[in-house]
Amino acid sequence: MAQVPGRSWREVMDTSHKADVPEGLWMRCPACEAMLYRKNVEVNLWVCTEPACQHHYRVSAQQRVEQMCDPGSFEPMWLDVSPTDPLKFVDLKAYKDRLKAEAGKVTQPDAILAGTGYVKGRRVTLACLDPNFMMGSMGSVVGEVLTRAIEHAHDSDLPMITVACSGGARMQESALSLMQMAKTSAALARFDDDGGLFISVLADPTTGGVTASWAMLGDVILAEPKALIGFAGPRVIANTVKQELPEGFQRSEFLLDKGFVDRVVHRKDLRSEIARIIDYAGK
Amino acid sequence: MPNGNNKPMGYQLEFEKPLLQLEEQIAVLESHQQQAGHAEDFNAEIKKLRQSHATMLKKTYGKLNAWQTVQVARHPARPQSVDYIGACVKDFCELHGDRRFGDDPAITTGFGRIGPYKVLLVAHQKGKDTRQKIACHFGCAHPEGYRKALSKMKLAEKFGLPVVTLIDTPGAYPGIGAEERGQAEAIALNLREMSRLKVPIVSIVIGEGGSGGALGIGVADRIAMMQYAWYSVISPEGCAAILWKTGAKAADAAEQLHLTARENVKIGTIDEVIDEPLGGAHRDPKAAYEKVEAWIVQTLRDLNRFKIDNLVKRRYEKFRNMGQFAEA
Repeated sequence: MAQVPGRSWREVMDTSHKADVPEGLWMRCPACEAMLYRKNVEVNLWVCTEPACQHHYRVSAQQRVEQMCDPGSFEPMWLDVSPTDPLKFVDLKAYKDRLKAEAGKVTQPDAILAGTGYVKGRRVTLACLDPNFMMGSMGSVVGEVLTRAIEHAHDSDLPMITVACSGGARMQESALSLMQMAKTSAALARFDDDGGLFISVLADPTTGGVTASWAMLGDVILAEPKALIGFAGPRVIANTVKQELPEGFQRSEFLLDKGFVDRVVHRKDLRSEIARIIDYAGK
Repeated sequence: MPNGNNKPMGYQLEFEKPLLQLEEQIAVLESHQQQAGHAEDFNAEIKKLRQSHATMLKKTYGKLNAWQTVQVARHPARPQSVDYIGACVKDFCELHGDRRFGDDPAITTGFGRIGPYKVLLVAHQKGKDTRQKIACHFGCAHPEGYRKALSKMKLAEKFGLPVVTLIDTPGAYPGIGAEERGQAEAIALNLREMSRLKVPIVSIVIGEGGSGGALGIGVADRIAMMQYAWYSVISPEGCAAILWKTGAKAADAAEQLHLTARENVKIGTIDEVIDEPLGGAHRDPKAAYEKVEAWIVQTLRDLNRFKIDNLVKRRYEKFRNMGQFAEA
């Protein structure tokens, strides 16, 4: 069962059942539908244990930093930066209430966890998005914490590593979210001016305003296998062009083929790949 | 077609229907008046109708809600960047192509003179007639459009010309080719490079400021919006479809997105509002052109006071400070 069945945009963006890692002793892989022993998947960095499948589960920012860093080396920063509701946004539910409901699902105040850590002995500044908090969307807090992380990497002469996993800019903060794209990109310009190394890792999904800003500005861009990566969502595109989307459209391998990512890297190899690139390009 | 004397303009917005009725009445009376012998009878009546029209226009436009503002921003007779270029830019020298893939007609770039200044102009293009609209994808640019913009802005930097951008797009084009050619990467690169471009940059949202497609030419030292333009992270329809599960709630989404010029000033995402003529730019385009030209000239004069390194630093700080959050 090597083939990952195509998923609709709604399925991809639906966080209710996918982003949370399922409970119970056994679990069914959403890609190959094999029954998997939960413990084995966990040890396998939340990658399907079927050799032919290797579906990469979405993981929380906390799990991600633990996977990326040498054991116990990650030190979180900027945990006191927390979201507000600047526009008093109300759709079917008030943003204020959404924030409260989402807060219980994660260990940090918003959709980003950042700090310093070691990757195979190399010190880095690391920022990871969390799909469990409003689909990893970028509002003021994500933009601010990421910018601080970039500035920290800059000031400390450290490589900057990000792991993107996001539905895009957060609608509930409207233009304030939009401007986080400019803010983070501007911070990366300064970092770039002074020769800082930025490695951007793209996980499933990386879309919208996150792709169209910092996530695509890596000196080196790595992508996990079969991650959805794009600007517009597949459903929007399908509605616009009124034709079937090509096989594997907007997946990591597609972007590799089109020249927009440097390497597609299995989760188990991310640490060694990052360490290797730091040794070539880091200060 | 746009005109300055309140004649019906073919296309009318729903909330402008009462205005249209008055305009029709005035037109009827005027045609009667032109027939011999009736002149005195209708003059007073016409005057009265004109007065109530003016009052109603003022009243209607004095309290436009967010959704009505979006409709004005999309009015077919609303001046587009091609009109502003025609009216405000002398000796426009269009420059084509991104030197990579092609020439996207959805973004126009070129040298021109505005007042005393030689500038490099970058502007979204929506198209006037059906053929143009299709060629421009209704103002939705492809990656080659953003790359063309960037390559010409680099030219401006090389030759020390300030950059003026006119924003008017529903959003960057969501298509197969656009994704294949790196829409996200093209916009991201513009954001990064505009933030450190060593010439002054001024931007005006003249109509629609749709998300990353707008910001992709909008990282500027000074950003203004026309009074009835909108600027937001997503179109009201797109937002409604996702959060309300139906595009029919676009009016609610428009309200919640705080997408009007005044709201954007309040949250600090833009600097200034350029007031439009009463009843919107489409009722008196000439007045709109004059205001836009005056704002550009004045703003470039202001920015010229700064040493360029200082200006780039201020531009960084401006965007660095955007966003609202709590901190213990």
